[in-house]
Amino acid sequence: MMSTTTKPIGALRHVFVALGVGLTLLILAMTAATAQIQLDLNRGVVQPLPIAVSDFDAESPRSEQVGKELAAVIRNNLQRSGLFQPLDPRAHIQAPSAMRNVLPRFQDWRVINAQALVVGRVEATADGRLRVEFRLWDVFAEQQLTGFVYATTPDNWRRIAHKVSDAIYKRITGEDGYFDTRVVFISESGPKNQRQKRLTIMDQDGENLRYLTDGRYLVLTPRFSPSQQEITYLSYFNNRPRVFLFNIDTGQQEVVGDFPGMTFAPRFAPNGNKVIMSMAQDGNSDIYAMDLRTRQVQRLTSDPAIDTAPSYSPDGRFVTFESDRGGRQQIYVMEADGSGQRRISFGEGRYGTPVWSPRGDLIAFTKQLRGNFYIGVMRTDGSGERILTEAYHQEGPTWAPNGRVLMFFRETPGDAQGRGARVRLWSVDLTGHNLREIITPGDASDPAWSPLSP
Amino acid sequence: MRLNSFGSKFLGVAAAALLLAACESTPETTGTAAGAGGQGAAPATTATAPTTTAPAVTPGTKADFELNVGDRVFFDFDKFDLKPAARATLERQAAWLRQYPQKTVVVEGHCDERGTREYNLALGERRANAAKRFLMSQGVAEARIRTISYGKERPAALGSNEAAWSQNRRSVTVVAN
Repeated sequence: MMSTTTKPIGALRHVFVALGVGLTLLILAMTAATAQIQLDLNRGVVQPLPIAVSDFDAESPRSEQVGKELAAVIRNNLQRSGLFQPLDPRAHIQAPSAMRNVLPRFQDWRVINAQALVVGRVEATADGRLRVEFRLWDVFAEQQLTGFVYATTPDNWRRIAHKVSDAIYKRITGEDGYFDTRVVFISESGPKNQRQKRLTIMDQDGENLRYLTDGRYLVLTPRFSPSQQEITYLSYFNNRPRVFLFNIDTGQQEVVGDFPGMTFAPRFAPNGNKVIMSMAQDGNSDIYAMDLRTRQVQRLTSDPAIDTAPSYSPDGRFVTFESDRGGRQQIYVMEADGSGQRRISFGEGRYGTPVWSPRGDLIAFTKQLRGNFYIGVMRTDGSGERILTEAYHQEGPTWAPNGRVLMFFRETPGDAQGRGARVRLWSVDLTGHNLREIITPGDASDPAWSPLSP
Repeated sequence: MRLNSFGSKFLGVAAAALLLAACESTPETTGTAAGAGGQGAAPATTATAPTTTAPAVTPGTKADFELNVGDRVFFDFDKFDLKPAARATLERQAAWLRQYPQKTVVVEGHCDERGTREYNLALGERRANAAKRFLMSQGVAEARIRTISYGKERPAALGSNEAAWSQNRRSVTVVAN
């Protein structure tokens, strides 16, 4: 379905690299050398880099349209990252076609203060595929920083735009991007007491939105499998709240395991072979892990308190979870076999929904203190707590695969009839900067960010 | 339970409005007397039989239970222990269930919206189970009681204030047959 090829290209020599998802890539070899432009993300507030993304050049009117749209998607991605300042294409002096097969006229780009320049080209190949090539230039050093050629089916053009965005992000920041990713979340509609909730998937920029369930059953807390082929979530199918698996390709849904009580708060293990979740029985919630191949269930906690919201460390060796065994919701860490359970959050207030960063170094959480809700991060030993945002109500952080951005949902209060209440997805950088709403067609909650697509 | 007909939606809104009204006057005593517990369910009879203002409900029916016994009890924030008013309501529920031994119930556990989603699912389960245990202690067979937690997903009152939240931290005993 997602047949895309990406190739690194040498100046004239083509090197072939096959990647997953049938995507081939060709690196456009760099002329020489040392990168002049570098954004250091560890330096706190970063001045956005002025970048010109020229409309991608094309020879046919149809390809020309695709070229414009590709460039627009890339500009939008870069702009929303908060790290780049894409320049208005109407201010560009040199036309895309004027750079066909020749070096850009760097003077024209220096005049408009572009520090980096993206030049691309799109064409329909004889076999009906789309071939997209791009180069990233350092305007002042007049050097190529990176370049790729991608080939894909025409309907897959957006993924190319995201791949290009990721390549630019990586070349400039030295870190992996997160643009070729998707978000699964819950679409909400209707009055609060009859809320209809639907499993929904979209690209990280809000496009290609697709409803996966029809709203007949209440669904909550969807999470991606590492392969992105499956989603685990809570469904009230037949009034029996249980953890389910949803196969994105086939639409098939199946219950996970055969548990006597409600199962909830599921997440995949990093290798995709297990689902970890809570089961409630006789008023007590504990954490269990189920091997999806052997169907074997392992009980990891057995405390009379509420133990829930488990999340694996990226190496699969540890699990963070929340428990009120100390009297109030707090964050704990244990080994993946349930041993060595210890509390790591000791601040004022309640701490819940811990999620281990994909880099392994931090745990994101929801904190409740004096009637407000906070999204924050702490080190995995509980030190270095840092609050990123505060609001009347917000919860449920999820990490971008590069561990630089968090998405969560935020709800505003309504009137006595619940009118005016609004619940939306938001994202914020790990620095606490670049807070922005993710545009969805309606109310949205429980986001989960996918890994970077292969 | 999740009825999607127009009628049931209307019913839900009407019930919520009435609950709010009840709560504004005496928030702490809601559910202490048979009448208070019944008030939340009163619209059920008016909605299903709009022409009858003083409904003569048939004893042993769902409507009888909701109107004359009281189907819900309330909890404090992040708590699941049964307050005296809750025990009184549950005692009446148990008596009714002893009187109609063929009836089974689903006890729903609910929370207000001031908590995180997963925790509230677990807390709702605790509340439903607390009510179930009490009914069992009053002689209702375990096999007749099923529990389900809705967390904060099905509030009874729609506002974002303590008056609404206090109505939403509840367990609701629903006659299933």
